[in-house]
Amino acid sequence: MTSDMDQVKALTDRKYEYGFVTDIESEFAPKGLNEDIIRFISAKKNEPDWMLEWRLKAYQTWLTMEDPQHWAKLNYPEIDYQDAFYYAAPKKKDGPKSLDEVDPKLLETYEKLGVPLLERARLAGVAVDAVFDSVSVATTYKGKLEELGIIFMSMSEAVQKHPELVRKYLGSVVPYSDNFFATLNSAVFTDGSFVYIPKGVRCPMELSTYFRINEAKTGQFERTLIIADEGSYVSYLEGCTAPMRDENQLHAAVVELVALDNAEIKYSTVQNWYPGDENGKGGIYNFVTKRGACRGKNSRISWTQVETGSAITWKYPSCILQGDDSVGEFFSVAITNNYQQADTGTKMIHIGKNTRSRIVSKGISAGHANNTYRGLVRFLPKAANARNHTQCDSLLIGDQCGAHTTPYIESRNSSAAVEHEATTSRISEDQLFYAMQRGLNQEEAVALIVNGFCREVLQNLPMEFAVEAQKLLAISLEGSVG
Amino acid sequence: MSATPMLEIKGLRAEIDGKEILKGVDLVIPTGEVHAIMGPNGSGKSTLSYVLTGREGYEVTGGEVTYKGKDLLAMKTEERACEGVFLAFQYPVEIPGVTGVNFLKTAVNAVRRYHGRPELDAMQFMKLARAKAKELGVSEDMLKRAVNTGFSGGEKKRYDALQAALLDPSLMILDETDSGLDVDALRIVAEGVDRMRGPERSMLVITHYQRILDYIVPDRVHVLVGGRIVESGDQTLARELEKTGYAQFQGKAA
Repeated sequence: MTSDMDQVKALTDRKYEYGFVTDIESEFAPKGLNEDIIRFISAKKNEPDWMLEWRLKAYQTWLTMEDPQHWAKLNYPEIDYQDAFYYAAPKKKDGPKSLDEVDPKLLETYEKLGVPLLERARLAGVAVDAVFDSVSVATTYKGKLEELGIIFMSMSEAVQKHPELVRKYLGSVVPYSDNFFATLNSAVFTDGSFVYIPKGVRCPMELSTYFRINEAKTGQFERTLIIADEGSYVSYLEGCTAPMRDENQLHAAVVELVALDNAEIKYSTVQNWYPGDENGKGGIYNFVTKRGACRGKNSRISWTQVETGSAITWKYPSCILQGDDSVGEFFSVAITNNYQQADTGTKMIHIGKNTRSRIVSKGISAGHANNTYRGLVRFLPKAANARNHTQCDSLLIGDQCGAHTTPYIESRNSSAAVEHEATTSRISEDQLFYAMQRGLNQEEAVALIVNGFCREVLQNLPMEFAVEAQKLLAISLEGSVG
Repeated sequence: MSATPMLEIKGLRAEIDGKEILKGVDLVIPTGEVHAIMGPNGSGKSTLSYVLTGREGYEVTGGEVTYKGKDLLAMKTEERACEGVFLAFQYPVEIPGVTGVNFLKTAVNAVRRYHGRPELDAMQFMKLARAKAKELGVSEDMLKRAVNTGFSGGEKKRYDALQAALLDPSLMILDETDSGLDVDALRIVAEGVDRMRGPERSMLVITHYQRILDYIVPDRVHVLVGGRIVESGDQTLARELEKTGYAQFQGKAA
């Protein structure tokens, strides 16, 4: 403990410059955020100059920006960005030594989700190599992918091994100056995933962060970049239905997708971070910027998300439909229970001709939670014959929660067409009684009805993920009725 | 079989929103018998079916109900269902997004779990469901559609009958199953129900009109007026009522 403190002190007293990485032993950057910390992170990762400069530009921009609290329907105390650590190397010794030391409540949840035993240890943060070794699985996959020329590695590794691709595409969809949290991420991101699918290659398996989880923990400022070259296809899964142990309260990730001519990217997320307790104490703040560019003709990007965790979710996975005939899709289920707050939706920016977008959003509120759909559909002057269809359904459980729908539609092309449907309903006593009269208990009945409500979205998830997601919906709503 | 009746109701009183609807109902249904309850609107017929099945909002203020020798009123809604009490709804409820098959499978497995029997997997269940569905004229297409969503009146009742066939209840309560059915649909549904008669199963057929009783001929007929059973008899009572109406009993109930 004292040695840690000494190191922290030693670090705060020093000036960091690029290239001094070799003489730095510390695993921490001291608390707070300033240019030195950013230099430290960049040096730790042995980054090239352009990367450091990009981070510094982002930092300078961030200093001039404001927290988006004023426009989102969210309530949270002011975050003190100087009272946080921005770099810590993974410390395995901090985790519990075995499952015996893990919170029994967490284990109970794993049980209900049917998470395999070995998996539980990893999720609970037990030092993984001590328990089992999943590296072999990861290596098998890597071999297969390499044969096809697919690049799938951590962002840090990609900066070293494929700097030309990273430099070309990083920030090309979400610029470093984009918004408060994305800009912060650009300055301090520690790691994330990088994917490149070469021309004409159809990635034969779902790529998942799971396969590289044993590599360094990505931490709270994750950065993901996926590029699908002409005529390629990839399906990417992010997250996990099981709750992950995490001490960081603030998460500000950035995901950028680029689809070139005739390429398709499917991006699925299941987010189940700690939502705080039933009184609204604790929980993760999740401020994410996700955006895909359908840059090529006839390209397609689909976002599917199931958001059940986090105390606060602020997230608008978007599509920029640049290429003619390109398609953007957004399928979302957001559940809020107890005191959770979610302000989530999408942006569909139609630029090219005949571009089409589809939005299906299902919001479920229970307890004292607030759930807001916020979506923008914009047609630019050249988006001739562009189409959008939006369907926004809210389901309320109990009478203390709120559901809000805030669509923004802007059209600057008279041939564009937009349709917006919205419904708000309650789980009716009729439906519950009907199901319970057939033998289901109240929680099973609620789960069944909610899964029915979310069906259109869940069926877009890869099969196994969908099954897990259904169980997750049920668990998230436990105790919400009666 | 045994001397214990399937259902024994003694002095049952119940209210909804503080208004007393059942004012002391007495009724015994022996195992294997079919009883009909007839009565005018507002006499408490539906209330009786909801009290027996444990619907929220129906408060029992007096009396007791014994089902297969057990205290029915002490059981939770889903326990009653799992113990074999089945209510065929007057107006089956729509559950959007939940397929007919999924709903049936979830229900069948909930009951199996309750009895400590292994759950059926999708394949086993489909085999069972297909066979029964065919018998009752429920199409594959109906099973794939969301529960009762966009079903015609006849389809809803047939789907309800399919649920009964799969859940194999001991006590079936039919709450005005004839509502919303044309003559042909009524015949199909009623014949389906009648085929379920057996020495181990009792039925309580709640109805407004006697026409359903042409297909499901009851062992006993009771007249419910003003929250009490005011008259009991055999099936000829039902025919009589069809001619004379309920007016003659209104005085009795007061």
